[in-house]
Amino acid sequence: MARKLPAKDVVIVGLGWTGAILAHELTEAGLDVVAIERGPWRDTATDFNIGYVSDELRYAVRRDLFLQPRQETFTMRNASSQTALPMRDFGSFLPGTGVGGAGVHWNGHTWRFYPSDFNLKSHVTERYGAARIADLQIQDWGVSYDEMESAYDRFEYLCGISGKAGNINGTIQAGGNPFEGPRKRDYPLPPMEMTYAPTMFAEAARSLGYHPFPTPSANLSKAYVNPLGIAMGQCTMCGFCERFGCANYSKSSAQTTVLPVLMRKSNFEARVNCEVLHVNLDAAGKMAKGVTYIDVNGEEWEQPAEMVLLCAYGLHNARLMMLSKIGQIYDPQSGEGTVGRNYAYQTNAGIRMFFDDKNFNPFVAAGALGQTMDDFNGDNVDHGPLDFIGGAGVNCIPTNGRPIGNRPVPPGTPRWGSAWKKATKDNYLGSFGFSSQGSSYAARGNYLDLDPTYKDRFGRPLMRMTFDFPDNDIRMSHWVSDRMEEIAKALKPKQYVSARRNKSWNSVPYQSTHNTGGAIMGADPKTSAVNKFLQSWDVPNVFVIGASAFPQNAGKNPTGTVGALAFWAADAIRNQYMRNPGPLVQA
Amino acid sequence: MMRSSRFAAVAALTLSVTVASAISASAAELPFDRVANGRYQAVLGDCAGCHTPPGGAPFAGGVALPTPFGTLVGANITPDAETGIGAWSESDFRNALKKGIGHDGVRLYPAMPYPAYAKMSDRDVSDLWAYLRSLQPVKNEIKSNQLPFPFNIRAVMIGWNWLNFTPGDFKPDPNKSAQWNRGAYIVQGAGHCATCHSPKTALGADKASAFLGGAVLQDWLAPKITNAPREGLGEWNVDDVTAYLKTGANRFDIASGPMAEVVTNSTAKMTDADLRAIAVYLKDLPGEAPKATPVAAGDPGMKAGAAVYADNCSACHGLKGEGQPRLFPQLAGNALTLQADATSLIRVVLAGSQGVGTQAAPTTPAMPSLAWRLNDAQVADVLTYVRNTWGNAAPPVAPGAVGKLRKALKSGS
Repeated sequence: MARKLPAKDVVIVGLGWTGAILAHELTEAGLDVVAIERGPWRDTATDFNIGYVSDELRYAVRRDLFLQPRQETFTMRNASSQTALPMRDFGSFLPGTGVGGAGVHWNGHTWRFYPSDFNLKSHVTERYGAARIADLQIQDWGVSYDEMESAYDRFEYLCGISGKAGNINGTIQAGGNPFEGPRKRDYPLPPMEMTYAPTMFAEAARSLGYHPFPTPSANLSKAYVNPLGIAMGQCTMCGFCERFGCANYSKSSAQTTVLPVLMRKSNFEARVNCEVLHVNLDAAGKMAKGVTYIDVNGEEWEQPAEMVLLCAYGLHNARLMMLSKIGQIYDPQSGEGTVGRNYAYQTNAGIRMFFDDKNFNPFVAAGALGQTMDDFNGDNVDHGPLDFIGGAGVNCIPTNGRPIGNRPVPPGTPRWGSAWKKATKDNYLGSFGFSSQGSSYAARGNYLDLDPTYKDRFGRPLMRMTFDFPDNDIRMSHWVSDRMEEIAKALKPKQYVSARRNKSWNSVPYQSTHNTGGAIMGADPKTSAVNKFLQSWDVPNVFVIGASAFPQNAGKNPTGTVGALAFWAADAIRNQYMRNPGPLVQA
Repeated sequence: MMRSSRFAAVAALTLSVTVASAISASAAELPFDRVANGRYQAVLGDCAGCHTPPGGAPFAGGVALPTPFGTLVGANITPDAETGIGAWSESDFRNALKKGIGHDGVRLYPAMPYPAYAKMSDRDVSDLWAYLRSLQPVKNEIKSNQLPFPFNIRAVMIGWNWLNFTPGDFKPDPNKSAQWNRGAYIVQGAGHCATCHSPKTALGADKASAFLGGAVLQDWLAPKITNAPREGLGEWNVDDVTAYLKTGANRFDIASGPMAEVVTNSTAKMTDADLRAIAVYLKDLPGEAPKATPVAAGDPGMKAGAAVYADNCSACHGLKGEGQPRLFPQLAGNALTLQADATSLIRVVLAGSQGVGTQAAPTTPAMPSLAWRLNDAQVADVLTYVRNTWGNAAPPVAPGAVGKLRKALKSGS
């Protein structure tokens, strides 16, 4: 039996980016907050020690900082006609765990979505007609870019994002992204100093009439003190970002931007190595009473609270809702139910080039140090004559030159032995690539639900993922790959190799950890699990914050929008819910 | 809605706790201004440093103090009649604070820095007494004296006092400003800076001849804090000293180790005027520049140290030892780097250290431990390099000193 603890005002499930931001905001408002995190405590000096943080075998190959499938995994299939099987190793995507969550070991690409991403269905219907999206299930977010602007701004200033504005209050800024939605002010820090490969890429893109600009980066171009008074360091371009914690306090994370202030507060408590089993509801299933969790010793505890915030990884948010019976699970046959609806991913492709006479020093790198062009992203290109909607950012961001993982060799090279070694030596310095970060649009048959067969170690059903790339997205990706090949040719390599996105989704090779949807936001409780303030339509003292709320995914990395949604939800709780608890939007 | 009540109750709850604790003390005999000044005296004296254990009830005792003679434990100074000072009179308290003689004539050990507190005015002591009387009594039995024989015999202190202790109030210097005198009063009196920062005699008393000249205790070096160039506060201006005490960080350095606790419990809570007064006084204490000449860059240890530095240290502290304000201490021209005694430097390289976090500078950056990665010779070389590059000059560090401290840290002493 679970033992009951003294009640708190707020219990937060998961202490990553969104959990830390919400905890900070709500403790500022005077609430008593506990965050329950199933992974370990993580701290820069101890866990990202400068002496061993660059252990590629430990962190990149053996994935020391990630969630282990033994703790929680998913079953997967491509279509509901198939039987799903559990992922016994994570491959396609790598969920984080521990304090700081995946925000510890991300690369740091920090984007805003486009204004047309937020009202996607209305926008596309109006411009191209409803027939264009008949085989998709895209939706509006219920919130506009203009409403989100200040939340984006606060996340960027919290992090010290290094970039160049392209549009300040409607005025296009030279050197930035001319397509972006208007922002009130520039980024807090200037862009990082460019390395050679992205510089070459940008010149080639410009020669073709495109508009490249420095990728907005959470690897800091300069020393910074954020609005909470926390100091961060200048990035040293060591090339150990993705899959690694930062030893230099120069990559934005909960550790480097929020926790030093949060942990000083007497009205905040973090409990780590404690796994929430479910949210407890009252007898009518209309109000949450708190959560039940199990600690590292296997003891079960009930933590009562006035509010429950699900701030875990997006997929885990959706599963916790299903296990807690918050809302109805989505049924693809009837289209009814909202939890698990509109699971989407990211539609990526890449291209790699080999040069004879170039030296790119690939080890001088950072996770988000590069150039992007958005000429093909969102609705920046006229889709009238095209056979798809959506698009992709094209990114030249050589994140690393790490000795195990980064061994670019031309096709046909043996996989081992002296010929492979020679090819590695010949190509290590003279090769780079760029890639497309493509939108992933929701379709009726792509969804999450509970697996009927496979269970976790507590006997709870695993979550089942049913997903394949919609034909629309494949057509989009190929069209963008055609354009990328044109850019590659303009760079005049001796050889280029295009890695195109094709069906079907395969869970083995790494692709992207940008899993979205499952607890999506919207204006209609029939088609969304949470309202525009991330509040459950069914249980109003539960808020669900993360990429789980995206109705579909844009051609951008999600963290910037996830961070902005955290501030957006915090504002709604502080300014509206605390004054008058209850549904913030009447269904 | 029913749930709104709890949110609204948060503010009310905070209020009611305050009221309850005030009622529990005998409020009538404790006028506000005396209690308020007394509370500030407890800040100046950092009473919490020894009498409030981390996470424990305020002033209920229990902080262990390792001394060269053995362990002493901070007493319960809440007004609990049995286990605290509830049965004491005000004159008992004044005798304890200013003469080292406790209730019933029991001799105190000077880990309780009565040789410094002796300089406090009777008024400030009286107000501190009023404040301690206002606290919630906490029942918490403390065995203060855990010293081995013969030091556990408190009467030993009668002789010690005769040799080492001159009672007497603080005497202002009429030739100095009021600000200077206020600083001197705090530094010599309640602030008891000399307890850590003055070298000790074999009997553990402050060496009067080397006031605030730096001393090693608990495997940390409390550095020289006179105005001596290079080793002392010579390169810091009054604003630098004030910022360090107020926020724990300034353009050179970040407090860590025992000083981090002092900043948290004491100096960060002092008034800006008092911090400036302390700075003005310390900056007026004369000190000589050390006579060190830099070790030659071509020395084999220096060369090895340069390589170790580039691989392990430069990412944060910079290729020129420039550091970064509030995050990574500057190594070029930093007084701590240049102390004749390298104990603290060896310690932070081996064990790492967390910088202090304050309201004004909350970052709490940390130096990672490198003990597992660098051997004694490498630590010695890199420190010799840091102490003798970018214009720095200080005695080289010997591998033997590193090995000795490594052993001490391992054994937990």
